[in-house]
Amino acid sequence: MMENKKKKHKKHLVLPAQEFDVFLNALHEAAYEIIAPTVQDQAVVLDQIDKSADLPIGWTDAQREGSYHIFKNGERSFFNFNVGPHAWKKYLHLAELLLFTAKTNSSGFKTFEPIENVPKRAFLGVRPCEVAAIQKQDKIFLQGNYVDTAYKLRRDNALIIAVNCGRVSGNCFCASMETGPQARSGFDLCLTEIRQDERHVFILEIGNERGKNVLAGMPALEEATEQDIALMFGLQEEARKKMGKDVDTTDIQALFYDNYEHSVWNEIATRCMNCGNCTLVCPTCFCTNIDDVTDLTGAEAERWRRWDSCFTMDFSYIHGGSIRPSAENRYRHWITHKFAAWHDQFDESGCVGCGRCITWCPVGIDVTQEIRKLQKTNSPVEIQRVVNHGNTAKIFSGTSILK
Amino acid sequence: MNRNKKPKLAVWKFASCDGCQLSLLDCEDALLDFAEVIQIANFPEASRAVIHGKYDISLVEGSITTSHDAERIHKIRRQSKFLMTIGACATSGGIQALRNFADVTRFNAIVYAHPEYISTLNKSTPIRDHIYVDFELHGCPINKLQLVEVCSAFLHGRKPVVPTHSVCMDCKRKGNPCVMVAHQTPCLGPVTHAGCNALCPSYNRGCFGCFGPKETPKTSSLAKKWQDLGASNDEIMRAFRGFYSYAEPFRKESEMYED
Repeated sequence: MMENKKKKHKKHLVLPAQEFDVFLNALHEAAYEIIAPTVQDQAVVLDQIDKSADLPIGWTDAQREGSYHIFKNGERSFFNFNVGPHAWKKYLHLAELLLFTAKTNSSGFKTFEPIENVPKRAFLGVRPCEVAAIQKQDKIFLQGNYVDTAYKLRRDNALIIAVNCGRVSGNCFCASMETGPQARSGFDLCLTEIRQDERHVFILEIGNERGKNVLAGMPALEEATEQDIALMFGLQEEARKKMGKDVDTTDIQALFYDNYEHSVWNEIATRCMNCGNCTLVCPTCFCTNIDDVTDLTGAEAERWRRWDSCFTMDFSYIHGGSIRPSAENRYRHWITHKFAAWHDQFDESGCVGCGRCITWCPVGIDVTQEIRKLQKTNSPVEIQRVVNHGNTAKIFSGTSILK
Repeated sequence: MNRNKKPKLAVWKFASCDGCQLSLLDCEDALLDFAEVIQIANFPEASRAVIHGKYDISLVEGSITTSHDAERIHKIRRQSKFLMTIGACATSGGIQALRNFADVTRFNAIVYAHPEYISTLNKSTPIRDHIYVDFELHGCPINKLQLVEVCSAFLHGRKPVVPTHSVCMDCKRKGNPCVMVAHQTPCLGPVTHAGCNALCPSYNRGCFGCFGPKETPKTSSLAKKWQDLGASNDEIMRAFRGFYSYAEPFRKESEMYED
């Protein structure tokens, strides 16, 4: 058979940049809404696009601790920037979700689940670290005994078109977390942008049948030459060497578990504002709270699920108060979960090295720096948990609650 | 509470601009629902008809600025089962608490032709400093949807959904790129109480802190960030000395940047 002669998967094709809209049309033909990076409010955000001109063509970014800036660099690259403030969880694990409404009737009340009409969506421009983040959230929401139906509905309808990184930002450390700069799995299609003199093409890798089926809607593409493949790997190798940050992950679980009491936490607490930004921009942070609301008459009630953060007092509020009353408690909890406890829970790290928490922390707290400080002064101590009642009472004295 | 009887509501005014109590009238369609379930018994802004007696809910707007008001608030507390303060004035002393940082007699001399007729206290203080308050609803002005939410919660005996976290949380849920990180615009969002649904940052403006300090506000860290963005000591002092100038975390931080 003809097919046996061709490699079914992992086949690399060449998509010329001027044919990009043909590719986007094929996605539209296959009934996909296209979600991709686009420029809004001086940032590269994720939103629906129609054509290649909607992409941040010619834009690039500069990212430092607590600082983000985009500018045109005079080139015509389509994907010459790194991750922005939005993570793809925006479309999979919604910031706000109505779980159900309840209405009173003669026999008590009845609940109604919202009927959701989720379109088929092509996520175009998913970076390797973000592909890894989606895989981590898949593990949380889709595996195990309890499947999150709202997430599944969206995930099943999502086509993942990854874009490998040919450049890195000042806050990238995917190489340390082994998630990039090249996507190895978890995508339907994967693109690598190559600009060489006048030639501007994308090496297109097919991840699975679903990805392959999309390409059926457009004229056949040429296969990539060995030279192209070498060029592609060369670019990624370059990117790997230029990582803005790095983390030594050797014995990282023990590092956190052995340093529950450490001056680093107190020092961070002088800077950390507990604003929650790091957790909400993190592509793997998945915590939510549940709000029940009624209307004035009490005839109707709604249950909402919203992104929450372990940096709020309400998050760890149990009878009598918050179990993580201080800023050091809360920061330590977040970073320990991300880099250590996640391994116990999900057999892998919770960090993908995208650097968002560093860029979007208003005061530029850098997880990689903080980990380095811990490593330099690693001094295991016996854990002594002291409940500071005075402190707890002080924090709560300013808050009045409905009696 | 007798479930067959509508709870009686009273709205009280102290030193304030009336904006917060007007947000109740501003509820439009919800106001009709409101009147269905709550008897609006004493609300001079809405009606001259006043029903006297004990009130199930009292909404108190404004701060205490005169000795007369300092007496009056106790009478109101005695008449009220559940007393909620609404707005920056009632919860922190309001914009008029700027007098607290100077000598009020000097203001009087500048503003009034006959300052000798003015009888006022040296400080503008929140209601909480005078009586026990059951719930404080923040904002300058308050968010009318939050007002309806707290009243709904009261009527149905549940906890109101009025988060005390930062404005940033709402900004991020809305998908706003951070104005401070992406535009270098000084913003009070990280230390400010949520409630406005991140109104100003949604229009690429920095937060003005209209809802006052959030839970656990780290104002010193934010002030340092503002310095890094080029804000002068005076600008930092004035930023914290706005609608919530007399709320302790903002007051203390503003005093750090006084000349």
